[in-house]
Amino acid sequence: MEKWKEALTTFIPKQQIFTELADRYSYSFDGSFGEFLPDAVVQVKTKGEVIHLLKVANRYRVPVTPRGQGTCLSGGPLPVKGGIVLDMSQWPATIEVIPDDLIAVVSPSVLTAEINKAAEEHGLMYPPDPSSAHVSTIGGNLAENSGGPRGLKYGVTKDYVIGLELVTPEGEVINTGGRTIKNVTGYDLTKIIVGSEGTLGVITRATLKLVPKPLAVQTLMAVFNDVEQAGKAISKTLTSGIVPSKMEFMDQACTIAVENYKPSGLPVDAAAVLIIELDGHPSAIQEEAEAIEHIMVELGAVNIKVPKDEEEAANIWHARKQVSPAIAKIKPTKVSEDATVPRSKIPAMIERLEEIKEKYQVELVVFGHIGDGNLHPNILCDKRDNEEMERVELAVGEIFQAAIDLGGTLSGEHGIGTMKAPFMEQELGEVGLEMTKRMKDSWDPNGIMNPNKIFPEKGQKLVLRNE
Amino acid sequence: MSNIQELQRKLNYDKTFDCVQCGYCLPACPTYETMEKETHSPRGRINMVKMVAEGKADLEDLQEPIDKCLGCMACTTVCPTGVEYGAILEGAKETLEDNQQKSKPQQKAEDFLFGTFFPSSSWMNRLGNAAWLYQATGLQKAAQALKLTTVAPLHLDKFEKVLPKQPSPNERKNRPQRVFPDGPSTAKVAFFTGCVMDSTFYRINEQTIELLRLAGAEVILPEAQTCCGALHAHSGKTKKSRELAMENIKAFEQEDVDFIVNNAGGCGARLVEYDHLFESGSDWHARAKAFTNKVKDISEVLVELDGLEFTKSVNRVITYQPSCHMTNVQKVVAPPRQLMDQVPGLQLKELNNPDFCCGSAGIYNIVNYEDSMDILDRKMEDVTTVQPEAIVTTNPGCLLQMKIGIEREKAGKHMEAVHLVELLMEAAPTSKEKTTSIKR
Ligand SMILES: Cc1cc2nc3c(=O)[nH]c(=O)nc-3n(C[C@H](O)[C@H](O)[C@H](O)COP(=O)(O)OP(=O)(O)OC[C@H]3O[C@@H](n4cnc5c(N)ncnc54)[C@H](O)[C@@H]3O)c2cc1C
Ligand code: SF4
Ligand code: SF4
Repeated sequence: MEKWKEALTTFIPKQQIFTELADRYSYSFDGSFGEFLPDAVVQVKTKGEVIHLLKVANRYRVPVTPRGQGTCLSGGPLPVKGGIVLDMSQWPATIEVIPDDLIAVVSPSVLTAEINKAAEEHGLMYPPDPSSAHVSTIGGNLAENSGGPRGLKYGVTKDYVIGLELVTPEGEVINTGGRTIKNVTGYDLTKIIVGSEGTLGVITRATLKLVPKPLAVQTLMAVFNDVEQAGKAISKTLTSGIVPSKMEFMDQACTIAVENYKPSGLPVDAAAVLIIELDGHPSAIQEEAEAIEHIMVELGAVNIKVPKDEEEAANIWHARKQVSPAIAKIKPTKVSEDATVPRSKIPAMIERLEEIKEKYQVELVVFGHIGDGNLHPNILCDKRDNEEMERVELAVGEIFQAAIDLGGTLSGEHGIGTMKAPFMEQELGEVGLEMTKRMKDSWDPNGIMNPNKIFPEKGQKLVLRNE
Repeated sequence: MSNIQELQRKLNYDKTFDCVQCGYCLPACPTYETMEKETHSPRGRINMVKMVAEGKADLEDLQEPIDKCLGCMACTTVCPTGVEYGAILEGAKETLEDNQQKSKPQQKAEDFLFGTFFPSSSWMNRLGNAAWLYQATGLQKAAQALKLTTVAPLHLDKFEKVLPKQPSPNERKNRPQRVFPDGPSTAKVAFFTGCVMDSTFYRINEQTIELLRLAGAEVILPEAQTCCGALHAHSGKTKKSRELAMENIKAFEQEDVDFIVNNAGGCGARLVEYDHLFESGSDWHARAKAFTNKVKDISEVLVELDGLEFTKSVNRVITYQPSCHMTNVQKVVAPPRQLMDQVPGLQLKELNNPDFCCGSAGIYNIVNYEDSMDILDRKMEDVTTVQPEAIVTTNPGCLLQMKIGIEREKAGKHMEAVHLVELLMEAAPTSKEKTTSIKR
């Protein structure tokens, strides 16, 4: 046995260390592309175990890649350089809601949806709602700074973290932030750690902000024959003094896919469908709903559906949820991007996507959280077809370029990981990237924490092909 | 065809690409919950099949993950992309079986069980079918003599304790092959007796026939029927499983019926998928399709016939442990609850996590006893929070397992496990006056 493996067993129970091939392969992938075989998988359940592991890893220079539930869409938990996959998912899940302070203190393995559930018992809400909330861990959400539809009104994970406990790559423990909403003491280390994708240490506890749960919600669906009109209606709504909690978009290819997959009564002949949710006081949202209806009609909506009861509303959201699996039926491989642009540039971005689709002859469909400019262009392809994947790689590169050209960003919620690393310099600039790298190097002098993520290797390119 | 291509075909390699590795199935998988690693999750298992098919790992590496899968299919119900896990699992089992890659204890235990108890053609001969579990308990000794228990502890004594009293051979012999309702018949149904049901839970089968009769159905018991083949398929004995399917299809073609009724969730799940066993477009496929179109669980048929009236209050608090195969394969979820709802006085308290497997899973609880008990203990924790006087199930395996669970919790004084059919009989059902009849 290698020395480092032996050193691990002096503190970590043997049954938490896996070295069999089947186990190693079972932690070699995530929700994105590629598979990388780790040398060992170690499940940690206490802070002490993390400290020990990181000290050993530093001594022997073994790469360590934290992993929550492996649902990442950008390659974050892939052990690209081998070494140890640090499985956080079996850490005992604890959620402590402190209603008087409107906060919750949680362990890293807690599934995000459980936090919201616990908050609701106190009439509170944890707003970040990635669609994977029922399977992904809060540790993963923090590391990726995940967000969901409610991001439009409530923001994303980073807006709800006020304190973190982190084991640094060298095995020291730091506590950042605290339990107060206001805190301007020193650098905001909390925000540096959030979104760091496991490259700056291991999050072992988080203090999260909660908000009062809105009294009521109201859904609306608006149908447009023209994408540009839909774009204008969105801008008009957002500048009218109303902030919907969600504003979702799907293009025609998506509605057709859903209707083919699980018929849900979506208009398949329309160019664009908007699904809007308002939340707040019942009388307030009723007025807002009327105002939005007005705006939509004024700007050319050909049909508006206001569900009469919860069931009808649930049906509309169910249809929205079917988009992802439905488009996966078009072709087996789904390359799901999350390029985000300033809201005023949404119509321009959609136009660029249309051009890219034509140019590379790829099956490209668009849906997403349009209210905050976070689109999900998805390319449906077949991993086994190398020629096609080559075109997809080029198309993806151009999608990123388009987003940056329009003043947007590579990723609104899925993170950089391995997949988008080659495009980092395009967005941050040479110096921007260099400054980030210096920060990383000073946190992690031996470069053991989740190597090859965020920062590209020289000449690294996006590769979606096997071999 | 090259070896690797042949392997890929057998392992349903193509189907593994439907898995986008989203992890949505993780929270639903009982073995991921109790064994606490991705290797024993649906996503991990599918990935291992892929790795083996790509030559990156050996069949040997696949053996444990596949052996430890319950086959409960909870993963397929939650999977957003419709991965055909059932087909992937069966492909893997068959490949492992063909390559004799099973772990030694498991292999021996299975050989023993299949060689000794499971259907030869004489198995379903209604006169000859002494309960396999009775035999099993008796054969605990035989097993010992064969030195099997030293390789594979079968824990058969645990099962012996919870078995119901058996009817006399005479009673079995005199069972009529056809019964008629007292009034006009509203439907004609064929009853699939099931091997474990008919041997171990003979009385529940009797009650099932009576319920159907009271509900207005003419009930026939096709003589040539045999085991559904589920347990064979789950153990990778695909060929035998297909043979059994063909025998059954033939047996149930003899007479034109409205429904082919069963009362065992696991068997029903096999029966409704008979068409998957034959190539699309073939004659057998068409025959299988005609068969599967008629297959229904007893609860569905009773709801559809709507011919029962329950005359006695059953003042009990109960909980319901749905059979995984009924929920996830047959997709029968509402009918049992609808029926329980009709019983006066009955209070159904749902479990927190009813769709979590009980760990019975065919012969899983025999060949993987310890793992099965870990899963059962989770289930019983859930049951304990509900505090029911009875646990209602719809499958013989689950029924036995819940009985074992009650035994383990030492809760036998105030809790019992019953089949839905038994519960319905307790409510003194009578025929409803009816005017409409099913169009034949
Ligand atoms: C179907 C599907 C839908 C999705 N929808 C959304 C969405 O709507 N919005 C969105 O933002 N994302 C979405 N995602 C992406 C993904 O779910 C999120 O990125 C999620 O936060 C990952 O959590 P995880 O527990 O699976 O972490 P993993 O995927 O295991 O890891 C993610 C990253 O976090 C790091 N990490 C994990 N735990 C820790 C820790 N304790 N300390 C330090 N680093 C850690 C890992 O190293 C890795 O870099 C979706 C994914 C899928 C498959
Ligand atoms: S839910 Fe389906 S697609 Fe997702 S990981 Fe599980 S099997 Fe694969
Ligand atoms: S069939 Fe059941 S045990 Fe097997 S992988 Fe699916 S959920 Fe898990």
